[in-house]
Amino acid sequence: MAELGRGALVIALGLELWAVGAGGYAAWRGRRRLAASAQNALYAALGAIVVAALVLEAAMLRRDFSFTYVAEHTSRKLTDGYAAAAFWSGQEGSLLLWLLILSLFSAGVLALTRRPARTLLPWVVPILGVVGTFFAFLLVFVTSPFDTQPPPADGAGLNPSLQNPYMLAHPPLLYLGYVGLTIPFAFAMGALLARRTDELWIVATRRWTLLAWTFLGVGQLLGSHWAYVEIGWGGYYAWDPVENAALMPWLAATAFLHSVMIQEKRGMLKVWNVLLVIGAFLLSLFGTFLTRSGVLNSVHSFSFSSVGPWILGFIAFVTAASLVILFSRLDLLRSRTRLESVVSREATFLYNNLLLVALCLTILWGVIYPIVSEAVRGETVTVGSPYYNFFLRVFGLPLLLLMGIGPLVAWRRASLRSLGRTFAWPAAAAVATGVALLFLGAGSSTPGLIGYTFSAFVLASIVLEFGRGTSARHATAHESWPRAFTSLIGRNRRRYGGYVVHAAIVLLAVGIVGSSAYDTKSTATLRPGQSMGVGGYTLTAGRPRYTTVPNIVEGRTPILVRRGSDALGTLNPGQNYYKAEDQTSREVAIRSDYLTGEDLFLNAVINKDGSVHLEASVKPLVNLIWLSGLVFIFGSVIAMWPDAREQRRLATRYAEQPAYARA
Amino acid sequence: MSVALVLAAVLAIGAIVAVALPFIREPEVPDEQDRLAGVDPAQRRRLQLLEERDRALAALSELELDHRTGKVSDEDYSAQVGPLRARAAAALRALDSAAEAPAPSEPGEPDDAVLQAVRVPTGSISAD
Repeated sequence: MAELGRGALVIALGLELWAVGAGGYAAWRGRRRLAASAQNALYAALGAIVVAALVLEAAMLRRDFSFTYVAEHTSRKLTDGYAAAAFWSGQEGSLLLWLLILSLFSAGVLALTRRPARTLLPWVVPILGVVGTFFAFLLVFVTSPFDTQPPPADGAGLNPSLQNPYMLAHPPLLYLGYVGLTIPFAFAMGALLARRTDELWIVATRRWTLLAWTFLGVGQLLGSHWAYVEIGWGGYYAWDPVENAALMPWLAATAFLHSVMIQEKRGMLKVWNVLLVIGAFLLSLFGTFLTRSGVLNSVHSFSFSSVGPWILGFIAFVTAASLVILFSRLDLLRSRTRLESVVSREATFLYNNLLLVALCLTILWGVIYPIVSEAVRGETVTVGSPYYNFFLRVFGLPLLLLMGIGPLVAWRRASLRSLGRTFAWPAAAAVATGVALLFLGAGSSTPGLIGYTFSAFVLASIVLEFGRGTSARHATAHESWPRAFTSLIGRNRRRYGGYVVHAAIVLLAVGIVGSSAYDTKSTATLRPGQSMGVGGYTLTAGRPRYTTVPNIVEGRTPILVRRGSDALGTLNPGQNYYKAEDQTSREVAIRSDYLTGEDLFLNAVINKDGSVHLEASVKPLVNLIWLSGLVFIFGSVIAMWPDAREQRRLATRYAEQPAYARA
Repeated sequence: MSVALVLAAVLAIGAIVAVALPFIREPEVPDEQDRLAGVDPAQRRRLQLLEERDRALAALSELELDHRTGKVSDEDYSAQVGPLRARAAAALRALDSAAEAPAPSEPGEPDDAVLQAVRVPTGSISAD
């Protein structure tokens, strides 16, 4: 069936090329049937790519080792679930997933925006086609998942670290985020090419951008939890370049989601918004380059990874082309409105944008500096956590504070008297929290204390916003309190959904601060029956035991956990040995206290003499990080949920556009 | 020929049909009926005015909510509401007159004079 997979990809490449060539010509010369044909090409490309993906997935599940890719990433002992997920465990499968998701997004956005954006779509289609053509080209000519070989008796198996339930969700979610950012980019470029500088491209892509941003955020959080429970070093974010690769486009997209509101409300920042959309898309391509080029192991790994130079070349092409398009339309993008006051909601959005972009650029520099250094000077340089943590504090803490300030400041301009009134309660809550924490001993970490104080300010301002909004609605609409609360959110979904997302970020910040600034660690080598203490817990080692399940020998040391005189149960940290892969992985044990949000985290290495080297840490509030993911999704769904009134208004606004049908 | 190649051939034929479908459905269309309708200057100007109207109404709505929730003082509210109402009314008037006025000869940019009419200068909001 490899021929079918190869053939489907060749057909998809042809269709994408048609979407670029015919679509571009149709948009330029105004050819209606040709434009419709180019759109159909994108729909048909989705069909061809789905066929290719099904062929590869079927080969994975059948363990058809005549497919080189299948032999390299699965084995007979691998469970079906992980064999299915091994689809995206390697380069070729990941690129096919990229293309599949891009095609799904392309077909989805064409179908769902065909009415409101019908005058824009002829220009959007060739842009989507360019991106699709590039990835189809890679899969057909550079790195095919359908290369075949004489089948070996068994496959090489899957990296043990990837044999985790998160493997099923984390990579696809990240790709949904990366690839989803193609949609606002394609619409922005399409709008500029069509000389359409009204808000249509923003309106058409608003939910798509939010969706991609949500996927990217949730994907990163799942990856963090995966690292926390699987990798065994006790943390959830290591400022690894691959992790940063996902964080950077998310930061750029976050900046865009805020600044686009200024364009919608004030008609300002049109150039800046297009630059942010271009930047977010380029960073998503750069993330793909980082993870797929092999450049992270060594800059010389271009010889091992065939796609690196191609992706880098494509990034250069997209950068040049999009900037040429942008600068050729600068005259249409000039704003006639200006900022009225530096103390206004739009000004806080602007400060937020500057901080987000500054944070993004410092992370980008931290990622590329070692690569450039090794490539130019041949020196291996590492940019470690201290660099990133420093800039996270410098830019992140003011960003946190701005999340609380922004909602309290009026649009256009705010007087000092109003500010004094609206800031009083959140500021009092923040000061009270800070003083209380000082008395409780939280002063051991100054950034931690500042982080908690700012978090209290933001949470108080969010609660105040909901409270005052509900109260105003209750008074003016004469609704019951619960009804006033729900209708307040229902009528202002983006605003209040955004506040819920802010609350999620506060939970995240509190969790990060608690688990990193106030954690307790202890290490000891224990023989059976010996004990150690950490953060108020007493840990007593038992005798190691080994069990064998298919493909895995599990070694575990039972650790009896007590706090004071209370026995809290037994944790079983240890190691797994994967026979087919001939690799060992650490298996941590975690006891979560959901009431306090605290984790007891154990990592054990079993020695040959039966003793165990135990690394124990107590991480306060770490569970708030994972809780923030649920709140984040909830807030995003509120913000994305369609508002019938707004849709009617927009439908009226764009109803008079000429039909994308016969003239 | 293997089953895979037959299936690939079927897929290729399906792709060609999909791409050719607009031409199969309408094989012979006069040139003027095969043109993509663009947005003419009048429609472009109207869109610009509709956005301006929506912005003005949204600004009024935001001001009301900010006032009710205490973010805008009574004095600031009084100073801002008049110009915003005037701007919203001007936007509505401009939309009506744009519907009656002939399209500007220069395509691309909206008519500056009309946009000026719907926009209350920034300074006047501060001065009120």
